[in-house]
Amino acid sequence: MGAGHGHKLHYHGHSPIHRLPAHGKLAALLAFMLTVVATPREWWPVFAGYLVVLVVVIAISAVPPLYIARRMVIEVPFLVFAALLPFVATGPRTELLGVSVSEPGLLAAWGLLAKGTLGVIASLTLAATTEPRDLLAGLQRLRLPSQLVQIMGFMIRYLDVVTDEMRRMRIARESRGFSASSIRHWPVVARSAGALFIRSYERGERVHLAMVSRGYTGTLPERPPRG
Amino acid sequence: MTTPILDVRGVAYAYPDGHQALYGVDLHVHEGERVALLGPNGAGKTTLVLHLNGIIAPGAGTVAVSGVPVTKPNLHEVRRRVGVVFQDPDDQLFMGTVRDDVAFGPGNLGLKGTALEQRVVDALDKVGMAEYADRPPHHLSFGQRRRVAVASVLAMEPEILVLDEPSSNLDPASRRELADILRGLSVTVLMVTHDLPYALELCPRSVVLSDGVIVADGPTYDILTDQALMSAHRLELPFGFDPRAIRSQAAG
Repeated sequence: MGAGHGHKLHYHGHSPIHRLPAHGKLAALLAFMLTVVATPREWWPVFAGYLVVLVVVIAISAVPPLYIARRMVIEVPFLVFAALLPFVATGPRTELLGVSVSEPGLLAAWGLLAKGTLGVIASLTLAATTEPRDLLAGLQRLRLPSQLVQIMGFMIRYLDVVTDEMRRMRIARESRGFSASSIRHWPVVARSAGALFIRSYERGERVHLAMVSRGYTGTLPERPPRG
Repeated sequence: MTTPILDVRGVAYAYPDGHQALYGVDLHVHEGERVALLGPNGAGKTTLVLHLNGIIAPGAGTVAVSGVPVTKPNLHEVRRRVGVVFQDPDDQLFMGTVRDDVAFGPGNLGLKGTALEQRVVDALDKVGMAEYADRPPHHLSFGQRRRVAVASVLAMEPEILVLDEPSSNLDPASRRELADILRGLSVTVLMVTHDLPYALELCPRSVVLSDGVIVADGPTYDILTDQALMSAHRLELPFGFDPRAIRSQAAG
């Protein structure tokens, strides 16, 4: 830690994409996602077109493609689910590489794969080119209720604190000879999770106290211009 | 004497679970003083602090800040006058950047635009953190975060700065830097601590809180050298620390 730019998803840069206003990027992402989701699954070439659009945007943003690719791991559980579909779905069967699979299932899997992947790439591109602070300001400008924006702001701020606390608890556990290697150890892990929850809850109360002490009455005040 | 900045009279408080933390506390702090509030763990120090800006309302007794009673209609004014710096800077600093965080307090007071910006810059200058204005707080060192927490309260231009364990978790260099900063401020300070050398270094006067009552109030040097008082209230000087040696050193 100690670097000036601090989010694991954000890739520092000064490309035209980085410089675009955050609310514009957010609106573009939303429009893009809605279009993708509304596109019939059989329009194969159109999906290729979407991919080309994303590739062009990423190229302009100068974010290394590998940077995005590595963060796409988050999609894996959906892919596993998509891969299961052709086998478990009903309907007319067809042969694929010598295995009998369900035709509607195959189509559904393709839809999930294509739409999901496009969505993940687009979201990661937004996250890589926009700082969390600007994203929040963008959401506020798009008239998202300020309570929601505040909650997201707190989440971003305290994610690192809580992750760090979790890491320290794990190290403390392991220092006493514990490692979560089998299912018998789960109760211990669960208790740690409970302790973490209580600690976070109490921290939330202390944060609120500190805010009230500085005159907080329910709405965040105007922010100073960035100097 | 003039109206004290802090006027605590007969404050008693029991937590909702029945645990009584304070049994009638009297405390006066006058303008320009730097007072240490000493006491062992569990003496009720933090509970008392939460009374000073009206987070907790006393079960009995009154608190007044420069003559303004700490009651619900005055809370806004009281919180402007009493600036509390909490022990864990992560509790206090919650915005995305140092600048936004320092602006939070004065922003709540209604400051806007250049006046707000000026407050932020001034407060950060006082703690030597101006160059970090655009950094996220969680990327600073612990000592730096503590200083930003102080700035976030100074930005409200309080009449009294209340610090809860300001030296806890600081390395010796950060500790000294913070002491230099606090000495340089012209604001009245109430410092809650069990770091006795720090109290001696910074506060001419000390008050001892033990088991929910004030048991001593006087010059810090006299209190720290009163063996009977110290041991009766679980106050111990760190190994090798002798206030007398420091005084003779300073004299000689």
